[in-house]
Amino acid sequence: MTVQSRGDDRRILPAPPVSPAAPDTVARAAATPDRLQPHAELGLTGEEYAAITEVLGRRPTDAELAIYSVMWSEHCSYKSSRAHLRQFADKAPPTTVLLAGIGQNAGVVDIGQGYAVTFKLESHNHPSYVEPFQGAATGVGGIVRDILAMGARPVAVMDALRFGPADAPDTRRVLPGVVGGISFYGNCLGLPNIGGELAFDPCYAGNPLVNALCLGVLRHEDLKLAAATGPGNHVVLFGSRTGPDGIGGASVLASASFGEGGTGGRSREGAKRPSVQVGDPFMEKRLVECCLELYSAGLVLGIQDLGAAGVACATTELTAGGGPEIGMRVRLDTVPLRDASLGPAEILMSESQERMMAVVAPAGLERFLAICAKWDVPATVIGEVTGTGRLEMTWHGEPVVDIPPASAATEAPVYQRPAARPAAQAALQADDPARLARPRSGPDLRAALLALLGAPDAADKSWVTEQYDRYVRGDTVLAMPQDAGLIRVDEQTSLGVALAVDGNGRYCLLDPYAGTQLALAEAYRNVAATGARPLAVTNCLNFGAPTDPAVMWQFTEAVRGLADACLALGVPVTGGNVSFYNQTGDAAIHPTPVVGVLGVHDDVRQRLSIGFGRPDCPVVLLGGSPGGGEPELGGSLWARVAHGHLGGRPPAVDLDAERALGSVLVAAAAAGLLAAAHDLSDGGLAVALAESCLAGGQGCTVTLPGDAFGHLFGESAARAVVAVAPGAGERFASLCREHGVPAAVLGRTGGPGLEVEGCFAIPLAELAGVHRSALPALFGA
Amino acid sequence: MTARVGVVTFPGSLDDTDAARAVRRAGGIAVPLWHGERDLRGVDAVILPGGFSYGDYLRCGAIARFAPVMAELVPAARAGLPVLGICNGFQILCEAHLLPGALTRNDRLRFISREVLVRVENAATPWTSDYQPGQEATLVLKSGEGAYVADAATLAGLQQRGQVLARYGGGNPNGSAGGIAGICSEDGAIAGLMPHPEHAIDPLTGPGRDGLAFFTSAVRALAAA
Repeated sequence: MTVQSRGDDRRILPAPPVSPAAPDTVARAAATPDRLQPHAELGLTGEEYAAITEVLGRRPTDAELAIYSVMWSEHCSYKSSRAHLRQFADKAPPTTVLLAGIGQNAGVVDIGQGYAVTFKLESHNHPSYVEPFQGAATGVGGIVRDILAMGARPVAVMDALRFGPADAPDTRRVLPGVVGGISFYGNCLGLPNIGGELAFDPCYAGNPLVNALCLGVLRHEDLKLAAATGPGNHVVLFGSRTGPDGIGGASVLASASFGEGGTGGRSREGAKRPSVQVGDPFMEKRLVECCLELYSAGLVLGIQDLGAAGVACATTELTAGGGPEIGMRVRLDTVPLRDASLGPAEILMSESQERMMAVVAPAGLERFLAICAKWDVPATVIGEVTGTGRLEMTWHGEPVVDIPPASAATEAPVYQRPAARPAAQAALQADDPARLARPRSGPDLRAALLALLGAPDAADKSWVTEQYDRYVRGDTVLAMPQDAGLIRVDEQTSLGVALAVDGNGRYCLLDPYAGTQLALAEAYRNVAATGARPLAVTNCLNFGAPTDPAVMWQFTEAVRGLADACLALGVPVTGGNVSFYNQTGDAAIHPTPVVGVLGVHDDVRQRLSIGFGRPDCPVVLLGGSPGGGEPELGGSLWARVAHGHLGGRPPAVDLDAERALGSVLVAAAAAGLLAAAHDLSDGGLAVALAESCLAGGQGCTVTLPGDAFGHLFGESAARAVVAVAPGAGERFASLCREHGVPAAVLGRTGGPGLEVEGCFAIPLAELAGVHRSALPALFGA
Repeated sequence: MTARVGVVTFPGSLDDTDAARAVRRAGGIAVPLWHGERDLRGVDAVILPGGFSYGDYLRCGAIARFAPVMAELVPAARAGLPVLGICNGFQILCEAHLLPGALTRNDRLRFISREVLVRVENAATPWTSDYQPGQEATLVLKSGEGAYVADAATLAGLQQRGQVLARYGGGNPNGSAGGIAGICSEDGAIAGLMPHPEHAIDPLTGPGRDGLAFFTSAVRALAAA
C-alpha cells in the first residue's frame, strides 16, 4: 500500500473529472446523454448511477455526480447500516430528556436547570492509519464542529483508541502520531481531554481505531438545527478557504478498503487512495468563538458544519432540512479558494477543514460579517435560500447543478446486505477457557496479577494522557484514570455531566449481541461509579466490510444487542457513527462497537473517585453471586495475557443487576456514604483493586474465601468495588439490600500495599513500578 | 480599594477564563482586555494568560508581542505596572523583551500536562508576597515549549539579583535551565511563570489551592498601594 506523503503542494487524486475551463453544464448534460462518466471510480454502482439518471431525467453533470457520489457513500448515507440503525428509534425507551435525536449533527439531552448537553462519537480510523498525526487531529476538529453546529459550546473531548500489538514496529509509528495529533489539536483548541480508552490487539494492525468524542453545553433556547429557512436569506460560507484536501475522501474512505480494487489502472488506483486533510486548530478556535458570538447575537437561522463531503453535504442537508418547498441557489465560483485551479466538482467534494455554512437574514448580514471580521474568520456570501425546492448551482453564470436536494441528502439507496453467522463461530464459542491452566499458589497468583498490570492494555496510560491538557477551562472534576470524565456545567449550582466510552472487541467477537450489551453496561457502570445518573447513549460502530456476510451478521447482532439493552436500561441512543471496511484483505477487525454513556451529576462536589485515598474504610464488592461459582473467563484479560487465548463465551449480561448497581452507586454518592468506587471490567477484581490502591495512594487488605483465582481474575459483569466512608457501613448495607444488590465486605483500605490474606502481598511501589513502566518502555521515556 | 486586574485575550488564548476566575477568587476584579485595542482600561495589573496565541505560529508568543494592546502594555510595564505572564504569557513576555531568555521545546519533545511541585525562590514580588521564601506549591504544568534557556551570563545575573521566581522541585520535567519554572524583573513587578497557578485554586478542579497565593499576593499588594 502506498502511504501518501505530506507536503504543502500535494495534489490529491483523483484527477478532476472535467477541467474547470469547460465545466459540464446542465444544458450539456441534457444534450449529451451518452457521455461516459466515471461513476465506478467515484464509488457508485451501475444501479446507483441509473437511479441518479432517473431522479434527474437526464445524466448528471460532473458536479452533480460528485454530489451524489459523496452523499450516497457509505460514510454519508449509512446505506448498509440504516435499515438496522432504525432499531435505535423503534426500541427507544420512553424519555423526556431528548431535545434533538438521531439524524441531527448530534443528539441533545436536557440535563435540567435550563441546560442541555450534546455529545457524539465519530471515527477517523482510516485517515489515522495513513497519516496518524493529521488523521487524528482532524478527527478531533470534525467532531468539535458537529457539536458547535448544534449551538453548543464545546467543553470537553475524549478518545477511544485501538492499535495493533504494542510492540509492533508499525504501532510505534501510528500510536505516537495519533496521540500527538490529538494533543496538538485538542490542546490548541482549549478543550480538556477527560478520558477514553487505549487497547491493543493484532486485529487492529493496519486498522487502528481512532474514535473521538466531543461534549458541548448549551441553554435550551440556543439549540440550532441544520435547516435553511426563508427564501431570500443569504447562505454564508465561513472559516478556512477551500483547497484540494481530501477530495473524494468521503466516498473513497468508506466504500473500499485499502489496497484492493486496483483493476482499472492509474486513475482507479488513485480514486481508492485515501487522502488526508490537514488541520488548523487556531482557525478552529477562532471559528468556535466566532460562532458562539454569532449565536448569542441571534444572527444564525440555520447552520451546518463542513466535514465529509464539504460543500456538497452542507448545501444538500441545509436545503433538505428546510422542507420540500425550500431550495437554494449557490454560485460555486464565489467560494474562496486556496487553489485557484479547482473546478465545481472538486469544490463540492473538498474536505478542507475548519469551515461552516450559515443561513443569515439580509438584515443581519452586516453584523454577521463584522463579527467574523472581529475573529479574523473569512466569510463569503455564496448564495441564497429560494422557494423552488431545487438545489441549483452555477459556475460563472452557467448552471452546473439542478437537483431535488432530498434525493441526495436523505433518499440514498438502502441496502439489506446478506448476513450469516460465521461457520467458525460455534467452534470459537466451544473453545472454553475453563481448560486453561490456572495459577493456584500465592506466588503464582501474585505473578499473574503483576503480568496483567504490566500488559499494555491494563498498564498505566500516563504516557498518553500526559500529552493532553485536562485542566483548561477549569471545570474538569474527574479525568483519566478515573472511571469516567466529569465536567462541571454550572459553578453556582455544581451541576455536571459524566461521560464514559467503552468497548471490548474480544467479547464482541465471541458474541456480538452480548458483547455490545457489555460495552454499554460498562460505560453505564462507569458513569454511575462517579455518582452520576446515566441518561443517554452515543456509539461508534467499528466493523469490517459490510459486503462480507459474516461481518454483516456481527453488525446486525451488535445493533440489536445495543438497542435491546438501551431499552432495558432506559437510556436512549441519541446518535452515532458507523465505520465499515476496517479490514486488511479478508481479515476484519474484531467487531468493535464503542459505546459512550452520558450521565448527569446533580452535585459534582459529591463525585466519587476510584482512588483509595484514606485508610480504614471497609472495602466492599458489589454485585456478583455471593457463592462464587465458576469464574467467567471467556474473552478475559487473564486468558489473553496468560495464555494468548480467546474463546468461549463472554460474561453473562444481567441488565437488571446493572440498573440496580447503578442506582446504589448514585444514591450512595449523593448521601456521602462512599469514599471511593471503581467498576470491575478487564482484569476483574485484581486489576480494579490495584488501580484503586495506586490512584489513591493507600493499600488495602482483603480476604477472598474459596477460589482466590476466580475472585481475582473472573470478569463477571454488574460489579463494582467500593470503599465505604467511616461510620456509613450500616446505612450503605441497608441501601444495598433495598436495591437487591449483593454486597460482600472483603477487607479494609490501608497498609503498605495490596494484600490478599493468605495469598500474597505486593507493596505499592512494586505495583506502581510495573504499572507505570510498561508504556514508557515501549514508546520512550 | 479593590484591585482591578486585567486579563488579556489574544486570538488563541485559552486560560483567560481561568485566570479571571482566579483573580475573583482572590478578591480582585477581573477586567477583560482585548488584544486589538490599545487600551488597558485603567487596570492596576495585567495577566497574560496561557494558550496558543496566534496558534503558536512562527514561534510561541512571537506574533502576540506585536498586538495593539502590547503597544500600551510594554511601556506601562517598564514604568512599573505589575504583569504576570503564565505559560504562553511568559513566552510573550520573553518575546517582548520584558524578561530575558526564551522558552524552548521540552527536552523529550512531547507536550507535558501534569501536576508539578515548584519552590518559590523570591517571595518579595507583588505576585509572590503571600508565599514564604522556599515555600513549595503544587501547580499544573502543561506546555510543549516550556524549557527555559538563557546564556550563562544571563542565568548568573538572574540568580545574583534574585530574579529566579520559582524552580521545579522533585525533578526537572522539561529540561529547563537550572530547573527554572519562573523568573521576574529586577523589581519583581514583571513575572513569568511556566506552570499554571490558576489551575491550582480549588481541589475540585485541580491539585489543590497552592496557586491561589499568586493572585492574593497581587490583590493585596495593589489594594495597599
